[in-house]
Amino acid sequence: MIAKAIALFKKDYHSELRTRYAINSLAMFIIVAISVILFAVGQEKLSEGLAGGLFWVVIFFTAMSGLARAFVSEEERGTSLTLQLIAAPSTVFSGKLLFNIILVFCMNTVIALLYAALFESFVIKNFSLFVFAFVIGNIGLAVSSTIIAAIIAKAGAKGTLYPVLSFPILLPLILTSVQLTLFALDGTSIEDAKFELAIVVSYDVVMLTVSYMLFDFIWKD
Amino acid sequence: MIWKIFLFLLISFISVAGIAFPIVENPESWYEFPNIPGLEENAKIIFFHVPTAWLTVIAFLMSTVFSFKYLKNKNLDDDAKAYASAQLGMIFCILATVTGAVWAKFAWGAFWSWDPRQTSIFALLLIYGALFALRSSIESEEKRATLSSVYSVLAFVTVPFFIFIMPRIMKGLHPGSADDTGAGPVVNFQMNSSMQLIFFLSLIGFTILYFWMWQISYKSIIIRDKLNKHLIRG
Repeated sequence: MIAKAIALFKKDYHSELRTRYAINSLAMFIIVAISVILFAVGQEKLSEGLAGGLFWVVIFFTAMSGLARAFVSEEERGTSLTLQLIAAPSTVFSGKLLFNIILVFCMNTVIALLYAALFESFVIKNFSLFVFAFVIGNIGLAVSSTIIAAIIAKAGAKGTLYPVLSFPILLPLILTSVQLTLFALDGTSIEDAKFELAIVVSYDVVMLTVSYMLFDFIWKD
Repeated sequence: MIWKIFLFLLISFISVAGIAFPIVENPESWYEFPNIPGLEENAKIIFFHVPTAWLTVIAFLMSTVFSFKYLKNKNLDDDAKAYASAQLGMIFCILATVTGAVWAKFAWGAFWSWDPRQTSIFALLLIYGALFALRSSIESEEKRATLSSVYSVLAFVTVPFFIFIMPRIMKGLHPGSADDTGAGPVVNFQMNSSMQLIFFLSLIGFTILYFWMWQISYKSIIIRDKLNKHLIRG
Protein backbone atom coordinates (compact mmCIF):
# COMPACT_ATOMS: atom_id res chain seq x y z
CA MET A 1 0.00 0.00 0.00
CA ILE A 2 2.82 2.39 0.86
CA ALA A 3 4.59 1.54 -2.40
CA LYS A 4 1.38 2.27 -4.33
CA ALA A 5 0.87 5.53 -2.48
CA ILE A 6 4.43 6.57 -3.34
CA ALA A 7 3.82 5.59 -6.97
CA LEU A 8 0.73 7.80 -6.96
CA PHE A 9 2.75 10.62 -5.47
CA LYS A 10 5.38 10.19 -8.20
CA LYS A 11 2.67 10.34 -10.85
CA ASP A 12 1.42 13.65 -9.42
CA TYR A 13 4.97 14.90 -9.09
CA HIS A 14 5.82 14.15 -12.71
CA SER A 15 2.61 15.56 -14.12
CA GLU A 16 3.20 18.64 -11.99
CA LEU A 17 6.75 19.02 -13.30
CA ARG A 18 5.44 18.71 -16.86
CA THR A 19 3.01 21.63 -16.60
CA ARG A 20 4.34 23.40 -13.47
CA TYR A 21 0.82 24.79 -13.08
CA ALA A 22 0.55 24.54 -9.28
CA ILE A 23 4.09 25.66 -8.57
CA ASN A 24 3.96 28.67 -10.88
CA SER A 25 0.55 29.84 -9.78
CA LEU A 26 1.40 29.33 -6.09
CA ALA A 27 4.67 31.24 -6.42
CA MET A 28 2.92 34.11 -8.17
CA PHE A 29 0.10 34.05 -5.64
CA ILE A 30 2.57 34.33 -2.75
CA ILE A 31 4.29 37.30 -4.38
CA VAL A 32 0.99 39.02 -5.15
CA ALA A 33 -0.41 38.43 -1.65
CA ILE A 34 2.71 39.65 0.11
CA SER A 35 3.01 42.72 -2.10
CA VAL A 36 -0.65 43.58 -1.43
CA ILE A 37 0.16 43.46 2.28
CA LEU A 38 3.31 45.53 1.76
CA PHE A 39 1.37 48.18 -0.17
CA ALA A 40 -1.38 48.19 2.44
CA VAL A 41 1.14 48.62 5.25
CA GLY A 42 3.05 51.36 3.42
CA GLN A 43 5.42 53.21 5.71
CA GLU A 44 3.74 52.04 8.92
CA LYS A 45 5.76 49.91 11.26
CA LEU A 46 4.04 46.60 11.88
CA SER A 47 3.81 45.30 15.41
CA GLU A 48 4.98 41.75 16.08
CA GLY A 49 1.43 40.55 16.71
CA LEU A 50 0.19 41.93 13.42
CA ALA A 51 3.11 40.45 11.46
CA GLY A 52 2.46 37.00 12.98
CA GLY A 53 -1.24 37.25 12.13
CA LEU A 54 -0.63 38.44 8.56
CA PHE A 55 1.81 35.55 8.10
CA TRP A 56 -1.08 33.12 8.59
CA VAL A 57 -3.41 35.17 6.39
CA VAL A 58 -1.02 34.68 3.47
CA ILE A 59 -0.56 30.98 4.31
CA PHE A 60 -4.31 30.38 4.47
CA PHE A 61 -5.15 32.07 1.18
CA THR A 62 -2.19 30.55 -0.65
CA ALA A 63 -3.26 27.10 0.54
CA MET A 64 -6.81 27.82 -0.59
CA SER A 65 -5.64 28.86 -4.03
CA GLY A 66 -3.38 25.88 -4.69
CA LEU A 67 -4.26 22.78 -2.72
CA ALA A 68 -7.61 21.98 -4.35
CA ARG A 69 -5.72 20.97 -7.50
CA ALA A 70 -4.87 17.52 -6.13
CA PHE A 71 -8.34 16.12 -6.64
CA VAL A 72 -9.87 18.67 -8.99
CA SER A 73 -7.27 17.84 -11.67
CA GLU A 74 -8.26 14.15 -11.54
CA GLU A 75 -11.91 15.07 -12.07
CA GLU A 76 -11.04 17.50 -14.87
CA ARG A 77 -8.94 14.96 -16.74
CA GLY A 78 -11.54 12.28 -16.11
CA THR A 79 -8.94 10.00 -14.54
CA SER A 80 -10.63 9.52 -11.19
CA LEU A 81 -12.49 6.39 -12.38
CA THR A 82 -9.20 4.76 -13.42
CA LEU A 83 -7.73 5.63 -10.03
CA GLN A 84 -10.74 4.04 -8.36
CA LEU A 85 -10.04 0.84 -10.27
CA ILE A 86 -6.33 0.54 -9.60
CA ALA A 87 -6.03 1.64 -5.97
CA ALA A 88 -7.86 1.42 -2.66
CA PRO A 89 -9.32 4.72 -1.41
CA SER A 90 -6.87 4.98 1.50
CA THR A 91 -3.95 4.55 -0.91
CA VAL A 92 -5.23 7.34 -3.13
CA PHE A 93 -5.65 9.57 -0.12
CA SER A 94 -2.13 8.80 1.13
CA GLY A 95 -0.62 9.65 -2.24
CA LYS A 96 -2.51 12.93 -2.55
CA LEU A 97 -1.80 13.81 1.06
CA LEU A 98 1.93 13.25 0.58
CA PHE A 99 1.91 15.52 -2.46
CA ASN A 100 -0.02 18.24 -0.63
CA ILE A 101 2.19 18.02 2.47
CA ILE A 102 5.29 18.57 0.36
CA LEU A 103 3.60 21.40 -1.52
CA VAL A 104 2.55 23.07 1.75
CA PHE A 105 6.07 22.76 3.15
CA CYS A 106 7.67 24.34 0.07
CA MET A 107 5.06 27.08 -0.08
CA ASN A 108 5.23 27.97 3.61
CA THR A 109 9.02 27.91 3.70
CA VAL A 110 9.06 30.44 0.85
CA ILE A 111 6.46 32.58 2.67
CA ALA A 112 8.46 32.44 5.92
CA LEU A 113 11.70 33.40 4.14
CA LEU A 114 10.01 36.28 2.34
CA TYR A 115 8.45 37.48 5.58
CA ALA A 116 11.78 37.35 7.38
CA ALA A 117 13.36 39.34 4.55
CA LEU A 118 10.61 41.92 4.00
CA PHE A 119 9.12 42.63 7.42
CA GLU A 120 11.37 44.18 10.01
CA SER A 121 9.20 43.08 12.92
CA PHE A 122 9.12 39.44 11.79
CA VAL A 123 12.19 38.37 13.76
CA ILE A 124 12.04 34.88 15.21
CA LYS A 125 13.53 34.80 18.68
CA ASN A 126 12.82 31.16 19.50
CA PHE A 127 13.76 29.29 16.35
CA SER A 128 13.19 25.71 17.57
CA LEU A 129 9.66 26.54 18.74
CA PHE A 130 8.93 28.18 15.39
CA VAL A 131 10.16 25.13 13.45
CA PHE A 132 8.21 22.71 15.65
CA ALA A 133 4.98 24.75 15.37
CA PHE A 134 5.60 25.26 11.64
CA VAL A 135 5.97 21.50 10.97
CA ILE A 136 2.91 20.34 12.90
CA GLY A 137 0.86 23.32 11.66
CA ASN A 138 1.74 22.51 8.05
CA ILE A 139 0.75 18.87 8.46
CA GLY A 140 -2.63 19.87 9.91
CA LEU A 141 -3.17 22.40 7.12
CA ALA A 142 -2.33 19.79 4.47
CA VAL A 143 -4.59 17.10 5.97
CA SER A 144 -7.66 19.33 6.29
CA SER A 145 -7.24 20.95 2.90
CA THR A 146 -6.75 17.57 1.20
CA ILE A 147 -9.99 16.09 2.55
CA ILE A 148 -11.94 19.27 1.73
CA ALA A 149 -10.37 19.23 -1.75
CA ALA A 150 -11.79 15.73 -2.22
CA ILE A 151 -15.27 16.97 -1.27
CA ILE A 152 -14.93 19.99 -3.57
CA ALA A 153 -13.79 17.86 -6.51
CA LYS A 154 -16.87 15.64 -6.16
CA ALA A 155 -19.13 18.67 -5.76
CA GLY A 156 -18.13 19.83 -9.25
CA ALA A 157 -15.04 21.92 -8.42
CA LYS A 158 -16.72 25.08 -7.26
CA GLY A 159 -13.77 27.40 -6.73
CA THR A 160 -15.34 29.80 -4.29
CA LEU A 161 -16.68 26.99 -2.14
CA TYR A 162 -13.21 25.75 -1.17
CA PRO A 163 -12.20 28.50 1.28
CA VAL A 164 -15.79 28.64 2.58
CA LEU A 165 -15.74 24.95 3.51
CA SER A 166 -12.15 24.92 4.73
CA PHE A 167 -12.16 27.96 6.97
CA PRO A 168 -14.35 26.65 9.82
CA ILE A 169 -12.46 23.34 9.80
CA LEU A 170 -9.08 25.10 9.82
CA LEU A 171 -10.06 27.73 12.38
CA PRO A 172 -8.84 25.90 15.53
CA LEU A 173 -5.53 25.20 13.78
CA ILE A 174 -5.11 28.76 12.53
CA LEU A 175 -5.98 30.37 15.87
CA THR A 176 -3.53 28.16 17.74
CA SER A 177 -0.82 28.52 15.09
CA VAL A 178 -1.11 32.32 15.15
CA GLN A 179 -0.65 32.10 18.90
CA LEU A 180 2.39 29.83 18.49
CA THR A 181 3.92 32.14 15.88
CA LEU A 182 3.51 35.02 18.31
CA PHE A 183 5.23 32.94 21.00
CA ALA A 184 8.12 32.25 18.62
CA LEU A 185 8.39 35.97 17.81
CA ASP A 186 8.26 36.85 21.52
CA GLY A 187 10.88 34.28 22.41
CA THR A 188 8.64 32.22 24.69
CA SER A 189 10.20 28.89 25.65
CA ILE A 190 8.84 25.58 24.34
CA GLU A 191 7.95 24.63 27.91
CA ASP A 192 5.50 27.55 28.17
CA ALA A 193 3.96 26.81 24.77
CA LYS A 194 3.48 23.10 25.27
CA PHE A 195 -0.30 23.32 25.75
CA GLU A 196 -0.72 25.07 22.38
CA LEU A 197 1.64 22.59 20.75
CA ALA A 198 -0.42 19.73 22.22
CA ILE A 199 -3.58 21.25 20.72
CA VAL A 200 -2.05 21.37 17.25
CA VAL A 201 -0.73 17.80 17.55
CA SER A 202 -4.12 16.53 18.69
CA TYR A 203 -5.80 18.46 15.86
CA ASP A 204 -3.44 16.74 13.38
CA VAL A 205 -4.19 13.29 14.81
CA VAL A 206 -7.96 13.85 14.93
CA MET A 207 -8.16 15.23 11.40
CA LEU A 208 -5.89 12.51 9.99
CA THR A 209 -8.00 9.74 11.54
CA VAL A 210 -11.33 11.23 10.50
CA SER A 211 -10.06 11.93 6.98
CA TYR A 212 -8.98 8.34 6.44
CA MET A 213 -12.32 7.11 7.80
CA LEU A 214 -14.44 9.45 5.68
CA PHE A 215 -12.47 9.39 2.45
CA ASP A 216 -13.99 6.03 1.43
CA PHE A 217 -17.46 7.61 1.34
CA ILE A 218 -16.33 10.56 -0.76
CA TRP A 219 -14.28 8.53 -3.22
CA LYS A 220 -16.72 5.72 -3.98
CA ASP A 221 -19.86 7.03 -5.61
CA MET B 1 -51.93 16.75 21.64
CA ILE B 2 -51.42 16.63 25.39
CA TRP B 3 -47.72 17.29 24.74
CA LYS B 4 -48.45 20.40 22.78
CA ILE B 5 -50.63 21.82 25.55
CA PHE B 6 -47.97 20.94 28.10
CA LEU B 7 -45.27 22.57 26.00
CA PHE B 8 -47.41 25.68 25.47
CA LEU B 9 -47.98 26.04 29.21
CA LEU B 10 -44.31 25.40 29.98
CA ILE B 11 -42.96 27.93 27.48
CA SER B 12 -45.57 30.52 28.51
CA PHE B 13 -44.62 30.05 32.16
CA ILE B 14 -40.91 30.36 31.39
CA SER B 15 -41.41 33.49 29.28
CA VAL B 16 -43.54 35.19 31.91
CA ALA B 17 -41.42 34.03 34.84
CA GLY B 18 -38.11 34.78 33.15
CA ILE B 19 -39.09 38.32 32.26
CA ALA B 20 -41.44 39.35 35.06
CA PHE B 21 -40.08 37.82 38.26
CA PRO B 22 -38.36 40.56 40.24
CA ILE B 23 -34.70 40.62 41.16
CA VAL B 24 -34.22 41.59 44.79
CA GLU B 25 -31.34 41.84 47.25
CA ASN B 26 -32.52 39.11 49.62
CA PRO B 27 -34.96 36.72 47.95
CA GLU B 28 -37.65 35.43 50.32
CA SER B 29 -40.62 34.30 48.25
CA TRP B 30 -40.25 31.53 45.71
CA TYR B 31 -40.69 33.91 42.79
CA GLU B 32 -37.84 36.27 43.64
CA PHE B 33 -34.42 36.05 42.02
CA PRO B 34 -31.20 36.97 43.82
CA ASN B 35 -29.14 39.94 42.71
CA ILE B 36 -25.97 38.63 41.04
CA PRO B 37 -23.19 41.23 41.30
CA GLY B 38 -22.14 42.51 37.89
CA LEU B 39 -25.25 41.23 36.13
CA GLU B 40 -28.23 42.77 37.96
CA GLU B 41 -31.28 42.94 35.67
CA ASN B 42 -29.23 41.64 32.73
CA ALA B 43 -29.22 38.22 34.38
CA LYS B 44 -32.72 37.52 33.08
CA ILE B 45 -31.57 36.96 29.51
CA ILE B 46 -29.82 33.81 30.75
CA PHE B 47 -33.18 31.99 30.51
CA PHE B 48 -33.29 32.61 26.77
CA HIS B 49 -29.65 32.92 25.72
CA VAL B 50 -28.28 29.73 27.24
CA PRO B 51 -31.05 27.43 25.86
CA THR B 52 -30.54 28.75 22.33
CA ALA B 53 -26.78 28.16 22.55
CA TRP B 54 -27.45 24.72 24.01
CA LEU B 55 -29.86 23.88 21.17
CA THR B 56 -27.34 25.05 18.58
CA VAL B 57 -25.01 22.34 19.80
CA ILE B 58 -27.77 19.72 20.25
CA ALA B 59 -29.04 20.37 16.73
CA PHE B 60 -25.52 20.01 15.36
CA LEU B 61 -25.07 16.79 17.33
CA MET B 62 -28.34 15.36 15.98
CA SER B 63 -27.42 16.44 12.47
CA THR B 64 -24.08 14.65 12.78
CA VAL B 65 -25.66 11.52 14.27
CA PHE B 66 -28.08 11.25 11.36
CA SER B 67 -25.34 12.10 8.84
CA PHE B 68 -23.37 9.22 10.28
CA LYS B 69 -26.44 7.00 10.04
CA TYR B 70 -26.89 8.03 6.42
CA LEU B 71 -23.30 7.09 5.60
CA LYS B 72 -23.91 3.72 7.21
CA ASN B 73 -27.32 2.81 5.74
CA LYS B 74 -27.64 5.12 2.70
CA ASN B 75 -31.24 5.85 3.63
CA LEU B 76 -32.29 9.26 2.30
CA ASP B 77 -34.74 9.73 5.20
CA ASP B 78 -31.74 10.01 7.52
CA ASP B 79 -30.33 12.74 5.32
CA ALA B 80 -33.66 14.60 5.53
CA LYS B 81 -33.46 14.35 9.33
CA ALA B 82 -29.88 15.63 9.36
CA TYR B 83 -30.80 18.49 7.04
CA ALA B 84 -33.86 19.47 9.09
CA SER B 85 -31.76 19.48 12.24
CA ALA B 86 -29.10 21.64 10.59
CA GLN B 87 -31.76 24.14 9.50
CA LEU B 88 -33.06 24.43 13.05
CA GLY B 89 -29.50 24.62 14.34
CA MET B 90 -28.84 27.59 12.05
CA ILE B 91 -31.92 29.39 13.41
CA PHE B 92 -30.91 28.77 17.02
CA CYS B 93 -27.31 29.70 16.22
CA ILE B 94 -28.43 33.09 14.91
CA LEU B 95 -30.68 33.55 17.95
CA ALA B 96 -27.83 32.65 20.31
CA THR B 97 -25.48 35.05 18.52
CA VAL B 98 -27.99 37.90 18.65
CA THR B 99 -29.10 37.38 22.26
CA GLY B 100 -25.47 36.95 23.23
CA ALA B 101 -24.44 40.15 21.45
CA VAL B 102 -27.28 42.09 23.14
CA TRP B 103 -26.28 40.73 26.53
CA ALA B 104 -22.63 41.49 25.83
CA LYS B 105 -23.50 45.11 24.97
CA PHE B 106 -25.05 45.66 28.38
CA ALA B 107 -22.76 43.47 30.46
CA TRP B 108 -19.36 44.03 28.81
CA GLY B 109 -19.94 47.24 26.87
CA ALA B 110 -19.61 46.01 23.29
CA PHE B 111 -21.70 43.86 21.00
CA TRP B 112 -18.73 41.81 19.91
CA SER B 113 -15.30 41.34 21.45
CA TRP B 114 -13.97 37.98 20.14
CA ASP B 115 -14.36 36.25 23.44
CA PRO B 116 -13.56 32.51 22.90
CA ARG B 117 -17.22 31.54 23.12
CA GLN B 118 -18.15 34.26 20.67
CA THR B 119 -15.45 32.89 18.39
CA SER B 120 -16.86 29.40 18.67
CA ILE B 121 -20.47 30.43 18.01
CA PHE B 122 -19.16 32.36 15.00
CA ALA B 123 -17.34 29.22 13.82
CA LEU B 124 -20.57 27.21 14.22
CA LEU B 125 -22.40 29.83 12.18
CA LEU B 126 -19.73 29.49 9.48
CA ILE B 127 -19.99 25.69 9.56
CA TYR B 128 -23.77 25.81 9.13
CA GLY B 129 -23.41 28.36 6.35
CA ALA B 130 -20.78 26.25 4.59
CA LEU B 131 -23.00 23.17 4.91
CA PHE B 132 -25.91 24.93 3.19
CA ALA B 133 -23.60 26.37 0.52
CA LEU B 134 -22.30 22.85 -0.16
CA ARG B 135 -25.80 21.40 -0.29
CA SER B 136 -27.08 23.99 -2.70
CA SER B 137 -24.14 23.47 -5.07
CA ILE B 138 -24.87 19.79 -5.77
CA GLU B 139 -27.69 18.62 -8.02
CA SER B 140 -27.73 14.88 -7.50
CA GLU B 141 -29.66 13.83 -4.41
CA GLU B 142 -27.42 10.96 -3.28
CA LYS B 143 -24.20 12.84 -3.92
CA ARG B 144 -25.51 15.83 -2.01
CA ALA B 145 -26.50 13.63 0.92
CA THR B 146 -23.14 11.85 1.00
CA LEU B 147 -20.95 14.92 0.69
CA SER B 148 -22.90 16.99 3.19
CA SER B 149 -22.88 14.06 5.62
CA VAL B 150 -19.12 13.74 5.28
CA TYR B 151 -18.72 17.46 5.79
CA SER B 152 -20.89 17.60 8.88
CA VAL B 153 -19.00 14.70 10.50
CA LEU B 154 -15.72 16.39 9.59
CA ALA B 155 -16.91 19.69 11.04
CA PHE B 156 -18.23 18.03 14.17
CA VAL B 157 -14.83 16.70 15.20
CA THR B 158 -13.53 20.28 15.36
CA VAL B 159 -16.28 21.32 17.79
CA PRO B 160 -14.50 19.96 20.93
CA PHE B 161 -11.61 22.28 20.10
CA PHE B 162 -13.94 25.27 20.16
CA ILE B 163 -16.09 24.30 23.11
CA PHE B 164 -13.60 22.71 25.47
CA ILE B 165 -10.12 23.86 24.50
CA MET B 166 -10.28 27.41 23.13
CA PRO B 167 -12.07 28.90 26.19
CA ARG B 168 -9.36 27.38 28.40
CA ILE B 169 -6.41 28.95 26.60
CA MET B 170 -7.78 32.25 25.37
CA LYS B 171 -8.55 35.12 27.66
CA GLY B 172 -12.28 35.55 27.80
CA LEU B 173 -15.22 37.26 29.38
CA HIS B 174 -17.59 34.33 29.85
CA PRO B 175 -17.53 32.49 33.17
CA GLY B 176 -15.08 29.60 33.15
CA SER B 177 -12.43 31.28 30.94
CA ALA B 178 -8.68 30.92 31.33
CA ASP B 179 -8.28 34.10 33.35
CA ASP B 180 -11.53 33.81 35.31
CA THR B 181 -10.73 34.29 38.96
CA GLY B 182 -14.35 34.62 40.09
CA ALA B 183 -16.56 31.96 41.53
CA GLY B 184 -16.77 30.08 38.23
CA PRO B 185 -19.93 29.19 36.37
CA VAL B 186 -22.88 31.36 37.34
CA VAL B 187 -25.23 28.40 37.30
CA ASN B 188 -23.68 26.48 40.16
CA PHE B 189 -22.78 29.14 42.62
CA GLN B 190 -24.72 32.32 42.27
CA MET B 191 -28.24 31.27 41.32
CA ASN B 192 -30.74 30.50 44.02
CA SER B 193 -33.04 27.51 43.74
CA SER B 194 -35.93 29.36 42.09
CA MET B 195 -33.62 30.80 39.45
CA GLN B 196 -32.11 27.39 38.84
CA LEU B 197 -35.59 25.89 38.56
CA ILE B 198 -36.65 28.37 35.88
CA PHE B 199 -33.29 27.95 34.15
CA PHE B 200 -33.53 24.17 33.90
CA LEU B 201 -37.26 24.30 33.05
CA SER B 202 -36.31 26.65 30.24
CA LEU B 203 -33.64 24.25 28.99
CA ILE B 204 -36.16 21.38 29.06
CA GLY B 205 -38.89 23.46 27.42
CA PHE B 206 -36.65 24.64 24.61
CA THR B 207 -35.31 21.11 24.06
CA ILE B 208 -38.85 19.73 23.70
CA LEU B 209 -39.66 22.63 21.36
CA TYR B 210 -36.63 21.73 19.27
CA PHE B 211 -37.60 18.07 18.98
CA TRP B 212 -41.14 18.99 18.01
CA MET B 213 -40.02 21.48 15.37
CA TRP B 214 -37.49 18.99 14.10
CA GLN B 215 -40.12 16.27 13.73
CA ILE B 216 -42.45 18.53 11.73
CA SER B 217 -39.56 19.76 9.63
CA TYR B 218 -38.10 16.41 8.62
CA LYS B 219 -41.53 14.89 8.01
CA SER B 220 -42.37 17.74 5.65
CA ILE B 221 -39.04 17.31 3.82
CA ILE B 222 -39.63 13.56 3.41
CA ILE B 223 -43.21 14.09 2.18
CA ARG B 224 -42.10 16.80 -0.23
CA ASP B 225 -39.43 14.52 -1.69
CA LYS B 226 -41.99 11.71 -2.08
CA LEU B 227 -44.44 14.05 -3.81
CA ASN B 228 -41.73 15.29 -6.16
CA LYS B 229 -40.81 11.74 -7.11
CA HIS B 230 -44.48 10.90 -7.57
CA LEU B 231 -44.95 13.90 -9.88
CA ILE B 232 -41.89 12.98 -11.93
CA ARG B 233 -42.97 9.38 -12.37
CA GLY B 234 -46.42 10.64 -13.38
